[in-house]
Amino acid sequence: MSEDGDALGQLAIGFLAISLIAVGGGIAVVPEMNRLVVDVHGWMTDARFAQLFALAQAAPGPNVLVVGLIGWHVAGLTGMLVAILAMTGPAGLLAYGFSRLRSRLAGAAWLRTMEKGLVPVAVGLIFSSGIILAQAAAVNGLALAVTVGSTLFVWRSNRSPLWVLAGGAALGALFL
Amino acid sequence: MSDTAGRPRPTVSALFFTYLRIGLIGFGGVNAWARRVLVEERGWVTEQEYAEVLGLGQVLPGPNALNVAIQLGERFRGGLGALAASVGLFGGPMLVLVGLAILHDAYGEVPLVKAVLAGTAAAAAGMILGTAARITQNLKPAWPILAVGIAALVAGAVLRLPLPWIVLGLAPLGILAAWWSGRARA
Repeated sequence: MSEDGDALGQLAIGFLAISLIAVGGGIAVVPEMNRLVVDVHGWMTDARFAQLFALAQAAPGPNVLVVGLIGWHVAGLTGMLVAILAMTGPAGLLAYGFSRLRSRLAGAAWLRTMEKGLVPVAVGLIFSSGIILAQAAAVNGLALAVTVGSTLFVWRSNRSPLWVLAGGAALGALFL
Repeated sequence: MSDTAGRPRPTVSALFFTYLRIGLIGFGGVNAWARRVLVEERGWVTEQEYAEVLGLGQVLPGPNALNVAIQLGERFRGGLGALAASVGLFGGPMLVLVGLAILHDAYGEVPLVKAVLAGTAAAAAGMILGTAARITQNLKPAWPILAVGIAALVAGAVLRLPLPWIVLGLAPLGILAAWWSGRARA
């Protein structure tokens, strides 16, 4: 019982600390999560961590939900809830506080310039994460062709991206 | 946002259900889906506004999609709006994840499951690249801003620098580029 309590406390403190250094997004701190989960606490192997990460990517919703799977692995449903709350609660409050502050400064010229200046970093990093995921996914020529086709489809067509995801799943089932 | 006049202002329940939908269809990265639903389907924010909120979401610590949901929820409907959007975003996928965790323990090593996941991953990577191309096309950035964007791409995808360094290192350059472009236009 007290061992469970220890693990829950470690999940809470560990993911709370990680959430507050996650500048750039949850994916930025995956190496740090790996260190916490595999090296520091020995909750699972490297391979198991990679599997959970792939599972969270395949599921709908924010990829940061991988912390929920880690929590589940360590301490079941309670572990999942504790890990997700630690990862989202304090960071969320911070975003809320910032948003309140921003509405008080609304229209300030320096704030508008700052917001416009962050846009290219945001969009550049979307490209970058797409390229990194494409490299990991390109196990053969067909997978690469799926990525290229899906890029063009989402860029040039107004149809839902669900079509290309379903297409990718079907081609994967048939040929990969 | 100074230019929201004439555009719909969502209710708390609309925020919750829209974000619930974004979470549940959000395969392969939720930011691409949030942009599609909020900008193209609902018209609650413009392309420029969404890109700005996402930029702020990256500088603030914590998950980007959550930071965006909280900021937009707060702008439209205060604290309740922020809560509705973030619970919607995480609630649905969390339930799916419980199911998946159980299924994965049983079927994760089945070859067909692995093949489907591999195909989906390849398509999801393309979805993210296509979304980035779409945003760039719609925003038509001035060249200094474009240069900062390309620097972020290279720093992330080629040099593989840690994300916090890229964000904190390039943010001042981006702000400088935005200031310069604004002055050049004036």
